[in-house]
Amino acid sequence: MTVAASILVEEHSARTRMAPASRIGDKAFEWLTLAMALAVVVLVILIGWQLWQGSSLAIKKFGFHFLTTSTWDPVAEQFGALPFIYGTLVSSLIALLIAVPLSIATAAYLTELAPPWIRQPLVSLIEMLAAIPSVILGLWGIFVMVPWLREYPFPLLKRFLGWTPFFTGPMYGPSMLAGGIIIAIMILPIITSVSREILRSVPDLQREAAYALGATRWEATRIAVLSYAKKGLFGAVILGLGRALGETMAVTMVIGNTPQIAASLFKPGYTLASVIANEFTEATTDIYLQALFEIGLVLLGITILVNLLAQLLLRTITTTSATRAVQ
Amino acid sequence: MENLIVTTPERTVMEHVDQPVEPPPADESVPACTFQVKNLSIWYGEKRAIDNVTLDIASNAVTAIIGPSGCGKSTFIRALNRMHELVPKTRVEGTVLLQGEDLYLNDVDPAIVRRRVGMVFQKSNPFPTMSIGENVVVGLRLNGVRDRKFLNERLEKSLRMAALWDEVKDDLHKPGTSLSGGQQQRLCIARALAVEPEVLLMDEPCSALDPIATAKIEELIYELKARYTIVTVTHNMQQAGRISDYTAFFYIGRLIEIGPTTKIFTNPTDRQTEDYITGRFG
Repeated sequence: MTVAASILVEEHSARTRMAPASRIGDKAFEWLTLAMALAVVVLVILIGWQLWQGSSLAIKKFGFHFLTTSTWDPVAEQFGALPFIYGTLVSSLIALLIAVPLSIATAAYLTELAPPWIRQPLVSLIEMLAAIPSVILGLWGIFVMVPWLREYPFPLLKRFLGWTPFFTGPMYGPSMLAGGIIIAIMILPIITSVSREILRSVPDLQREAAYALGATRWEATRIAVLSYAKKGLFGAVILGLGRALGETMAVTMVIGNTPQIAASLFKPGYTLASVIANEFTEATTDIYLQALFEIGLVLLGITILVNLLAQLLLRTITTTSATRAVQ
Repeated sequence: MENLIVTTPERTVMEHVDQPVEPPPADESVPACTFQVKNLSIWYGEKRAIDNVTLDIASNAVTAIIGPSGCGKSTFIRALNRMHELVPKTRVEGTVLLQGEDLYLNDVDPAIVRRRVGMVFQKSNPFPTMSIGENVVVGLRLNGVRDRKFLNERLEKSLRMAALWDEVKDDLHKPGTSLSGGQQQRLCIARALAVEPEVLLMDEPCSALDPIATAKIEELIYELKARYTIVTVTHNMQQAGRISDYTAFFYIGRLIEIGPTTKIFTNPTDRQTEDYITGRFG
């Protein structure tokens, strides 16, 4: 063997020694995880496509009017989804208005203030709230919450806020407001636990910076914790909103199921999810079933749209301030 | 106050043994002290972190606290503005007097203590959602200062004192976290100075910085001691030698020795101090 050849052999063996044995394993792992990630996307596309297919007749027949008209008359085969879209958006908005301040305040209390002997039981209780089946919450809503609301808070709201259009007219009980409240109860645990995790991930150095300047607990929570975490908290709220938009069972039981657009929150309403759940068994004609499919498509569309808008909003918020990426 | 000097009590006696009984006239070489710590012990739950420490900290001087990891130096410096109380289940015995006032009396608000005793930390921690300018004046805002003109004046003054003004004066609206590590640390110093504290505590302020940034901070400390009493914790013996007027050596929660830095480094009284300084342990 020549010297050159021996050097070559040596170089070659050195290279094989340096090369990781698990190259193939790494590649396989990469492809596997990629496939899993793509499967989720494919699933969403498939569901969307299925809904599109299932509602193609209705889309052709009603066109854009489906989204802008309010008549829902299966006998006359007239279908307009506007009251349902309105109901879904308004009930979710009420739910957020109630649940967001409550959840974030709870999360802040749990991470910044609560002594350990309160913190643990409270965390468990909140997680238990998330475990209550929707239908049971709905039953409680019908038999306990709605009568109570009709008895005490509704008259109070009417007396003090009756001058606004939102709290006028007769109070039957089942109403947009009741629906919003029940959704609020359902999304409270998720927003609280996600917010709590986010607040816990705020570095102690940030808190120390505030305390060292002579901040009180509230001031430290405000300038060091909440503002540091605001992007993550926004994400928690969007997660809650996603839940709220699709919430079905409990809402169906207390919202009154009347397709109408009324300013007063004491009036009953109807949501996209509720109408599908209530009517798919009685949809005997093709066009009726197709209309319900289209309702499903609209709901999917709204959910995606809301998420996209949220991300856009998040980007405009955070280009002005340098927060870390929490999503 | 003037006749209190920064040495252990025995040596005070020894040095003054030939002097007349009446208090000596105020002397330039005998510094006043900002903190008088007496028999201070601190527990975290069952663990005793500081064990019966008594010392005085001189005004308008730099006092360096040195010692191996876990010797309680961080706990000690935090006890000077009650920051250690953020850890649950702490207990304190003994007294800490700031200009003669006991910090640990029941009716003393820790928030007020911290406004008088500023602090800079091991890692720079500007508020990431605030601009450079907002970071500096946030302490004043917490104190309820709303006057724009006053805030702007104090902003410039604090940044100048922290030797950062020339580098950031055109970028005051940019986020504080857009600065380099050393600049961020000086921003934190400016933030602490803006509320005009009486004392500045620094807990290993240079440990996360490169040598050039470290040199800048050290220079800054040297300039600031004309106006402030500075207490700094450091792991770096050379740094203690360069920047401090007095050095205190801590070991497993106890104060082993305190004295003028030149004496501690050239002629320590205690064997353990000598061993630590010469690098035999720690």
